[in-house]
Amino acid sequence: MANPHISVHNLNVFYRDHHALKDLTVELPERQITAIIGPSGCGKTTFLKSLNRLVELVEGTKISGKVLVRGLDIYHSDVDVTEIRKRIGLLSQRPHPLPMSIYDNVAFGPRLHGLKGRQELDRTVEDHLRAAGLWDEVKDRLHAPASRLSAGQQQRLCLARGLAVEPEVLLGDEPTSALDPMSAQHIERRLLDLKENYTIVIVTHILRQARRLADYVIFLYLGELVEHGPAADFFNHPQEARTRAYIRGEF
Amino acid sequence: MDKRKEELIFQGLMIASALIVIGSLVFVLAVVVLKGLPALNLAMLTQTPKGGYYLGGEGGILNAITGSLCLAGGATVLALLLSLPIALFLQVYSGKSRFSEFARLSLDVLWGVPSIVYGAFGFTIMVFLRVRASLLGGVMALTLLELPIMSRALEEVISMVPLELKESAYALGATRLETAMRVVVRQCLPGILTAILLAFGRGIGDAASVLFTAGYTDSLPSSLFRPVASLPLAVFFQLATPFPEVQQRAYASALVLTIIVLLISLGCRLIGGRFTAHVIR
Ligand SMILES: Nc1ncnc2c1ncn2[C@@H]1O[C@H](COP(=O)(O)OP(=O)(O)OP(=O)(O)O)[C@@H](O)[C@H]1O
Ligand SMILES: [Mg+2]
Repeated sequence: MANPHISVHNLNVFYRDHHALKDLTVELPERQITAIIGPSGCGKTTFLKSLNRLVELVEGTKISGKVLVRGLDIYHSDVDVTEIRKRIGLLSQRPHPLPMSIYDNVAFGPRLHGLKGRQELDRTVEDHLRAAGLWDEVKDRLHAPASRLSAGQQQRLCLARGLAVEPEVLLGDEPTSALDPMSAQHIERRLLDLKENYTIVIVTHILRQARRLADYVIFLYLGELVEHGPAADFFNHPQEARTRAYIRGEF
Repeated sequence: MDKRKEELIFQGLMIASALIVIGSLVFVLAVVVLKGLPALNLAMLTQTPKGGYYLGGEGGILNAITGSLCLAGGATVLALLLSLPIALFLQVYSGKSRFSEFARLSLDVLWGVPSIVYGAFGFTIMVFLRVRASLLGGVMALTLLELPIMSRALEEVISMVPLELKESAYALGATRLETAMRVVVRQCLPGILTAILLAFGRGIGDAASVLFTAGYTDSLPSSLFRPVASLPLAVFFQLATPFPEVQQRAYASALVLTIIVLLISLGCRLIGGRFTAHVIR
């Protein structure tokens, strides 16, 4: 790949003695959507969380190998974890707004990282709520508890909250699976808009969603990387028997 | 035996035990109210004991009311200041390490220690340091009593915070301290209030731990280093007299104690309701 944003070299992840990711080596293209697919339990979430070092929060995990983000080894001992997580946003499977108002949710990240002025905060909050496609629905109740929003709105709030930290990569772990079809479509459209400025990596169970969104596809099976490549090649000319079986829906 | 009968018998047992619980509460309250209410008057709430109070003379138990509020209030604040870091440490930082398991075990053992032992322990320390029974001594002994209750209650509440919520904060680049203070504590506010209430209720009602450490006095609390009165001891001393009218005042004092605990739990409910708006479920 000419200019990968993230490159992963010989990544292994163990949960105690369970070998969850086996020697993964792969590169993720810049400003494109990469979809990670594979049957349940194959390590998709683990892979995603090893890209922003959330896996290490699970007790007893051992990680080896390298993950380079624009050439920076994020597992190097000199690297500040919070700095890495700031650069790589995460949208989780179910929306988890923080226990505070809509406004404070979006302002949470910027405040953590030192943004103070009222006007700057107001502008950041508005900009990112717009980017997430939520502004019009909440502009009159910015100070209402985030818990009162619908699930679909909460997920877009989480998107806005992630964007407000101004990351360069956006990770999504089945970000639409807990949503109704309309909200899911809404999120999908946002992701397509956002790929102009962000490198996006999403996990999905839904092959059709991968076909709709992905520019690049990674197929994992039982912790192993089976096949990866540009979406068109991947779906039209799969090389591996297991990939073909999976695409035909035989798992 | 057929399943329907089994079901019926089990249901009967459950209802019976629920009735026993409710019945004992009603019975206790009824005795306190029936015996205490006739003796309760404004003077009791607004005056300190005058000469001859314990023989049936004029005065009230304001010394014990204020004393108890100071003792339990002080101990609850101290216990909270100590428990919150303990609970956050156990839940957010150390998880299931050996050290944290040992800390949990210690808290459980402390929870089981009878309060008279805290009283005796406090007394020994005070003799060693050559200090008299005082508000400070009483607060320390009650803090020890409240600490395990509060820590374990807080830990319980904090353990209910969904992992994904903490992960969301980490994913935004928050450190563990920022996550603990700005997200976990906020999410737990209603539960923290309950824990405070639980500990306060236990502290204000305990007689044995303040018996030697706080002493007793007929005057209002004036200094950390002077003895203070407390409601449980006021009940005890008055009930121990041979005079029926003084014994009645003991029940009135018990009623006051009960009402204070009740008011505080209602207060916590009210404030708690305002905090639950933000809680994520
Ligand atoms: N905290 C953990 N402790 C131990 N094992 C774990 C833990 N989390 C995941 N695993 C195991 O690691 C493997 C990969 O899990 P992972 O969650 O990454 O799968 P996934 O592909 O995201 O599955 P799904 O599609 O169901 O979300 C599974 O076998 C799982 O049982
Ligand atoms: Mg998963």
